[in-house]
Amino acid sequence: MAQRIKFFLINNGPLLTTITIFVLVYFAGGRLYPAMQKPQVFFNLFINTASLLIVSIGMTFVIITKGIDLSVAGMIALTSAASAALLVKGISPVIVMPLMLLMGIAFGIAMGSIIQYLKVEPFIVTLMGLFFARGMAYIITLSSLTIKDPVYRYLALTKVHIPFFEKAYVYIPSLIGPLLLVVVIYLANFTRFGRTVYAIGNNEQSALLMGLPVARTKITVYAFGGFCSALAGIVFSISLLSGYGGYAPGMELDAIASVVIGGTMLTGGVGNVIGTLFGVLINGTIVSILQFNGTLSSWWTRIGVGALTLIFIGIQSLFYMKKKN
Amino acid sequence: MKNNIPLLKRVRENRLFWPLVALALIFIFDAIFAPGFFKIGIVEGHLFGNLIDVFNNAAPLMLVSLGMTLVIATGGVDLSVGAVIAISAAMGTVLINPALGNELITNDILAANTTNTPLWLVVMADLGAGVLCGFWNGLLVSRGKISPMVATLILMVAGRGIAQLITNGQIMTVYYTPYWWFGNGFIWGLPVSIYIVVVVFLLAWVLVRKTSIGLFIESVGINPKSTYYSGISEKNIKLFAYTFCGFCGAIAGLILSSYIHGCDANNIGLNYELDAIFAVVIGGTLMSGGRFSLLASVVGALIIWTFTITMYTFGVPANALLAGRAVLVLVVILLYSDYTRRILNKIVEQKGLRHGPTN
Repeated sequence: MAQRIKFFLINNGPLLTTITIFVLVYFAGGRLYPAMQKPQVFFNLFINTASLLIVSIGMTFVIITKGIDLSVAGMIALTSAASAALLVKGISPVIVMPLMLLMGIAFGIAMGSIIQYLKVEPFIVTLMGLFFARGMAYIITLSSLTIKDPVYRYLALTKVHIPFFEKAYVYIPSLIGPLLLVVVIYLANFTRFGRTVYAIGNNEQSALLMGLPVARTKITVYAFGGFCSALAGIVFSISLLSGYGGYAPGMELDAIASVVIGGTMLTGGVGNVIGTLFGVLINGTIVSILQFNGTLSSWWTRIGVGALTLIFIGIQSLFYMKKKN
Repeated sequence: MKNNIPLLKRVRENRLFWPLVALALIFIFDAIFAPGFFKIGIVEGHLFGNLIDVFNNAAPLMLVSLGMTLVIATGGVDLSVGAVIAISAAMGTVLINPALGNELITNDILAANTTNTPLWLVVMADLGAGVLCGFWNGLLVSRGKISPMVATLILMVAGRGIAQLITNGQIMTVYYTPYWWFGNGFIWGLPVSIYIVVVVFLLAWVLVRKTSIGLFIESVGINPKSTYYSGISEKNIKLFAYTFCGFCGAIAGLILSSYIHGCDANNIGLNYELDAIFAVVIGGTLMSGGRFSLLASVVGALIIWTFTITMYTFGVPANALLAGRAVLVLVVILLYSDYTRRILNKIVEQKGLRHGPTN
């Protein structure tokens, strides 16, 4: 039994550490600022990090295949600008939303194909994607466009009450992330696709030799990343009710940091989507602690996230070495 | 048998060939569509024109891409140069500014042409901050055994925060005129920044080509393990490359903050890491490490800025230009991909066969 517990701990070490750190940070915040103990503050995390969560989920898959997707923030900006421009023209959201998702998927497929067939570093290709998406967003509109569409307004302003917690609520878009998470947990752990993703991340060569559909899977992963970014862009534009090319600056960094804090290794093959959820929540908690403090400035978020990433990499390599032994 | 290789092939396989072709293409485009681009006038005793602008604006990027070349040649990558630029710029401007801490900067403090610290100390602090950042990256990569992308990502995320910590979140403005010289001054009609680039380039060139460091860097990039077994301290080579990259970032920060007379920690040197990597890639250095060419990377940086200034002359808004730059990256990627090279080689070699055996 003791052996089994030890095995479990070593196998799930990074994930458990992430959860522990989240709980510790949250409780520390609660001790410092008693107002943080209210359940609503916890649910605010989901409201504030709605789009970051969706983006990070897509990013997790990409990173597990040993790739990286820097284009996510650009895609969010492009989606928000494009959907705002279309909605201002009076086109129905029923058409706009699927169109945006299709755009995201097409974008992801294009990047994935370049990475796979032209053998270019994912880093450079998705960087090009970032520049391209932001540039296109600025070509669509150089200033912020307001969305006045009733459907978007309804989605943005309707509160969903949480059962068992009085007065606690989230907005409709904040539910998309957790729903997507459930789907992705199934995809990653219980399907052939998920197994193939992990296999590619561990060793692409042997995955290829095993006869796994490497090219198809890799392109699918980037397409899924594009889909997630577009979805996050829709959520983002719903929550701000506007569209602009400069939105979400540096969100790709937040997403990568969240994924790494969540226990996914940038060297590929190791990772967990549940960890990503907690990585995102840690990010959100740091932000809300800073907000409750009021005197500390926002740049501490970045420093905090950077320090946590460093700690995490240390912990990961520790567990990795233990596992090897 | 060097002489047996046909001249065309030798030229084509030179590292500088493709970057120069790309640069020439942009220049030809300019010559046709914007003839005014090449006009160089003399204003107040120094040269003035789009070409000079290209060099002046590209100077920080050229510096950063010099450092980045060495890092990429060791098989790594430095994502933190933008943050290093911000940190060093913040360091320099804060030391000049008499209003420290929570004091609000008022006009009567700023209007005076004074500095809080002697200029040489400012420059030293500036460079010191950058070198320290580079050293930190190098330590993480070489001693901490963290993959370069992750290691430098940490500073990339935290760096701008640190820069804002230094400036206390304010946008610093410098009214001390000697500091402006680095980004705006002229020597013999040419901008000072060009001379700085030349000096750093020569320094780097002597370091890597006249000593064995360059060879060591390439061997680390090709195979770190066998380098280690041949008795070369792979760790110290990596440490050197990252520290040098930090040093270059610091000089770039100095020039940039001097150019705009101040420092906005959030925006100074934004996307420079990406542009620098791009410049190195245009220069033909492989991301996986190995052989590198400093000059080709500098040409790469020039290509980026020639393209940018060309687009400006056509009136493209700066923000929308990002899309244009992406298209440029795409073209370069396509040009450099194995497919295109194979096809090009085939075409040229078939022609050569028709003219008789080459070798």
